[in-house]
Amino acid sequence: MTGKLWLIIRREYLAKVRNKSFIIMTILSPLLIVGMIVLIAYLTKINDSEKRVISVLNESGFFDEQFKTSESMSYVHFKGLSLQEAKDSTSSLGYYGLLHLPKGADLEQVSKSAYLFTKDNPNTNVTQRLEGIFQKKLRQKRLENLGVSQGQFSDIEASFEINLATFDGEKSVKGINEIKAFIGGGFGYAIMMFIIIYGGFVMRSVIEEKTSRIIEVIISSVKPFQLMLGKIIGTSLAGITQFTIWIISASLLLFLVSLFLGIDLAAIATENPMVPGSMNGMGQFSAPPSTEMMLYAKEILNIPWFLLISSFLVYFILGYFIYSSIYAAIGAAVDNETDTQQFIFPIILPLMLAIYVGFFSVFSNPHGPIAVGFSLFPLTSPIVMLMRLPGGIGEGGVPLWQLLLSITLLIGTFFGIVWLAAKIYRVGILMYGKRPTYKELFKWLRY
Amino acid sequence: MDHILVAKNVTKTYGDFTALSNISLEIPENCIYGLLGPNGAGKTTFIRIINQITYQDKGEVLFNGSPLAPEHIAHIGYLPEERGLYKSMKVGEQALYLAQLKGLSKSEAKKRLKYWFDRLDIGDWWNKKIQELSKGMAQKIQFIVTVLHEPKLLIFDEPFSGFDPINANIIKDEILLLKEKGTSIIFSTHRMESVEELCEYIALIHKSEKILDGKLSDIKKAYKNNIFNVGLEIQQDGDTFVKTLEDKFQILSSSFDKEEKQLDFTIQLPSNQTAGVLAELSNQANINRFEETIPSANDIFIQTVNNKENDR
Repeated sequence: MTGKLWLIIRREYLAKVRNKSFIIMTILSPLLIVGMIVLIAYLTKINDSEKRVISVLNESGFFDEQFKTSESMSYVHFKGLSLQEAKDSTSSLGYYGLLHLPKGADLEQVSKSAYLFTKDNPNTNVTQRLEGIFQKKLRQKRLENLGVSQGQFSDIEASFEINLATFDGEKSVKGINEIKAFIGGGFGYAIMMFIIIYGGFVMRSVIEEKTSRIIEVIISSVKPFQLMLGKIIGTSLAGITQFTIWIISASLLLFLVSLFLGIDLAAIATENPMVPGSMNGMGQFSAPPSTEMMLYAKEILNIPWFLLISSFLVYFILGYFIYSSIYAAIGAAVDNETDTQQFIFPIILPLMLAIYVGFFSVFSNPHGPIAVGFSLFPLTSPIVMLMRLPGGIGEGGVPLWQLLLSITLLIGTFFGIVWLAAKIYRVGILMYGKRPTYKELFKWLRY
Repeated sequence: MDHILVAKNVTKTYGDFTALSNISLEIPENCIYGLLGPNGAGKTTFIRIINQITYQDKGEVLFNGSPLAPEHIAHIGYLPEERGLYKSMKVGEQALYLAQLKGLSKSEAKKRLKYWFDRLDIGDWWNKKIQELSKGMAQKIQFIVTVLHEPKLLIFDEPFSGFDPINANIIKDEILLLKEKGTSIIFSTHRMESVEELCEYIALIHKSEKILDGKLSDIKKAYKNNIFNVGLEIQQDGDTFVKTLEDKFQILSSSFDKEEKQLDFTIQLPSNQTAGVLAELSNQANINRFEETIPSANDIFIQTVNNKENDR
């Protein structure tokens, strides 16, 4: 009995890993991913290195020292030219724009009558920078008028960050909740990707057995449930093989690339403009003081890794089996892949919901009602609970009863869904020629 | 007589649809048993029950005297009507896999495959993929996979569909050889003509019910209606001769060839006693043909179905 299951697992695994497109994907994906990262890094670098040159025609006598060449802007100061001459030379020199500060009685008046001339509408970055310079100078001047000295002014300007600590008195750092949720989110996201990719493989493999008409030969030797189980396990082993190769080769490649090209990969991670709003907090620790660095490291080490990884395995296995058995049932119910669409959407929906709820709700409040609800609901819990778990269990983290309830519900659902899916599978694999409706699928459950 | 398979009052329904209704069959050991009936009569459902692909709702199926159990699968070989192979898997690997699923060890399966591959001329194909093979070749491999584990009971569902005449003959001979070696064979088909030369026993299934079963020769005997075809060489005029015969016998049809002086007619006798008519005829003419008309399986089938319908 187990011997046959083993034979099926072996065949499904080999059929998968020997498949040409599977091999190509395995080799190509890390190259593509690393290539993308390198490309983004390269483009970011180019983007940053582009300097805008602004010519300044300052007739006012104020703002002499304010327009200093910085990393992304440089200023050329024109002297003794008329406005028209300055405009002409700016455009003939190909500078980005001309800033004109006319004569004026005082700072306020000069600022009000200052103009920026550009060829097209100016970039908001540029205008914001220039406005910032004006504002700072104006604020200083106004405060001076109120009797604040320059030294005092710079004291006022000094930035302030609030100190954070937990109730236990341990110092904590900003953004750590986001980091934790991000790590959990990574695990959850991996589960979702795995389900979608390899669940689809299971489905196509079932359809292939149906269309090639070998299915009846096989199930005269083994039970349909054994075949379904063997198929799911074999495919997931192939998937794990592929994932492992991807992770190892991608990290190796990234390491080599960053070694040879000297691209600072850590810099990209923080400057990546695509990270959602909550990530802005992370952007700030691009160069935190070393004591803070220590705190971050401590917090990350404080994440209950053992708990996280062991629950990842539990949620991964149960979640994957639930979903892939649904995929197998869909494959059995239809005759070809084009018929699968109407059935696949309802499966993808809870997965997507889990990811979005996770990123929007768990990130902001890991223990809010939405986060709790979705981490208990069996079809979303594998993803959402993993996002909550880096906070630990018990005080400050996920209450133990929630974790246990979530896993219990998941196990219950696992048996229920696999039982239902196996029934549909058993009937479906021998039905040819018509696309069943949901009503008919329901009928099959009674056969 | 021992029976390889006995079905007692087997009923199977799918929702509101009855696929098998109270079917009882006894399939003797070491014979070829024809399971006949039009498409959709329930043959395949019955076969799937034997293969434990699906299960009866009511009734009982005995294999070699004991209720069907998972271990019997190793003793049954099944060639389904809807059959195929993995397209992208190598022939040898695939055959090994299917043989191992039936419980053969790898080495034993390899040995037997080599024997069969040689026997049916598919030696060079071990490392080819099925998609590179002709359809006939793939069918041969399916046949080999079905019989490889030397099952006690072989079930063929429409075995010759998809075969070209030459390969169909090869397979037919192999089936007969397997029977001689002691295998019991169930042969399911809706094509009656292929039944006559192969099957010793038949069962007719129609609209989920068994309407007739038994030894083919017995059934034919029972369906004989004492009609004989007669050929005579006569000197006188055929028509007048027939007229004189009609006084004594019931003549169904006749034809006379004047040049050959050959009279052919069919005659309905009241019983299967032929002595009287033979004596009468041989007095007046030279008998060159006298044979009983035996109904074909097809005739029997149609007649039984009609009777059944009329009974309702």
